[in-house]
Amino acid sequence: MSLDVFRIRQDFPILSRELRPGVPLVYLDSTATTQKPRAVLSAMDDFYRRSNANIHRGIHMLAEEATALYEKSREQVAEFIHAPAARQVIFTRNASESLNLVAYTWGRANLRAGDVVILTEMEHHSNLVPWQMLAAERGVKLEFIPVSEDGLLDLEAYRALLALAHPRLVAFTHMSNVLGTINPAAEIIRMAHAAGAVTLVDGAQSVPHIPLDVQALDVDFLAFSAHKMLGPTGIGVLYGKAALLESMPPFLGGGDMIKAVHLRSFTPNEIPHKFEAGTPAIAEAVGFGAAVAYLTQVGMEAVAAHEREIVAYALERLQEIPGVHVLGPSAEKRGAVAAFTLKGVHPHDVSQIVDTFGVAVRAGHHCAQPLHEKFGIPATTRASFYIYNTPAEVDRLINAIYEVKRIFG
Amino acid sequence: MDDLYREVIIERYKTPHFRGKLDPHDIAFEDDNPLCGDHIAITLRVDGGNRVSAAAFEGHGCAISQASADLLMESVIGKTLEQVKALTRQDILDLLGIELGPVRLKCALLSLKVLKAGVYGLGEASEELVA
Repeated sequence: MSLDVFRIRQDFPILSRELRPGVPLVYLDSTATTQKPRAVLSAMDDFYRRSNANIHRGIHMLAEEATALYEKSREQVAEFIHAPAARQVIFTRNASESLNLVAYTWGRANLRAGDVVILTEMEHHSNLVPWQMLAAERGVKLEFIPVSEDGLLDLEAYRALLALAHPRLVAFTHMSNVLGTINPAAEIIRMAHAAGAVTLVDGAQSVPHIPLDVQALDVDFLAFSAHKMLGPTGIGVLYGKAALLESMPPFLGGGDMIKAVHLRSFTPNEIPHKFEAGTPAIAEAVGFGAAVAYLTQVGMEAVAAHEREIVAYALERLQEIPGVHVLGPSAEKRGAVAAFTLKGVHPHDVSQIVDTFGVAVRAGHHCAQPLHEKFGIPATTRASFYIYNTPAEVDRLINAIYEVKRIFG
Repeated sequence: MDDLYREVIIERYKTPHFRGKLDPHDIAFEDDNPLCGDHIAITLRVDGGNRVSAAAFEGHGCAISQASADLLMESVIGKTLEQVKALTRQDILDLLGIELGPVRLKCALLSLKVLKAGVYGLGEASEELVA
């Protein structure tokens, strides 16, 4: 099954924009956030025009409609990741909040001084800082699975850590937002479970790009964001195994997360509502449902196949440029991300110059400063791809990098 | 872009005239831009306790941050410390001869921030110095 990229591009209004006269947009920053198809834009617009009301407990018709739309999105998302039940899908603000939720509630209820949490050296700050905060507060010990020179996790070192450290939790990214590495999640989870640890996967980069089945993975917690998979900003997901979610104390207190409230006590609601205090991002949930429906229609196998092709081509073209060094593993072990350095030119200068050719890439440490420190570089330029990118756009990037080289002589 | 990456900026980035560390020196200060990791360390010699007689910088970062540091070092030699304290962001933009957006402005102003913090003898370089 393949994907018709030119037909897909028609669904994204922003992709026909000219940034400057005669300079069309080449959007290569989907790892930061993706563009949105018309289906998502109109679902949110329709919601506000037709059905807008606050959800739950409303008796009037609009409230019922809004509630039904919100809960339907939860069901669509659950189906998308093959969750056993929709109530295991908790809507949060984003993947970062989902990861923080686990650290704050499960972590504080279960981790004591000296307990070990295993992370990896390739984590995004969002799966690092919450655990550092817990470590500082509780005396929890953090251990890290090392990353090899070619951007892969050292599973032998992981095995040794598991044997030595008796970890309570193994929390890792499914796909690095810098190296592009797709980690062998099923194997890492199996080994963690054998050692008696709970597992948390940061799926912010994997859920949008590769088929994912939470039951096949047997993962305990999975975090991801809507805006990195064609949906709006402001909404993300924490998936969890039901028994774990039910055993956890609530996160934020307020409306909707309670069953009953008295002056000096409250009874928490059932999952997922227990973790959704206050009015949630309702229109965003509706847009998220439309995004998931769009991706389902394209087919995640086709999405992954298209990205493998485009990243393989990007790596081939980047590596032909003298002075370019691409971080991370070979194309078959990575998702649609290519972070690179260009000898003698700072990534901010690369990014600024290619922007004048309409090419949007990101420069910096991409919220993975420890990983850049490990490789001894302050920053990289990162091109990332999604279902709407074409080989011709890769060529535009490559030509722009040659311009950078010309300017810097 | 050809405006932003003027010849003088590329030239000063590739072959800076005032790169190095003065030993001995009267004033030294360094800081970085946490957003992008750019780093600037400045050393100055001051004659008679008041007039800059030599200036040098070390560091790494983008062309804008490094070229502005080099041009700034050149411009402060011969100035009194009072004149250095009076330098503004507009002086840096005039040296570079370009207009900058908010993100790249931080790159351009890092060296002035470090310079003024050193001259004022402050413990840290604050944004107020280049406001």
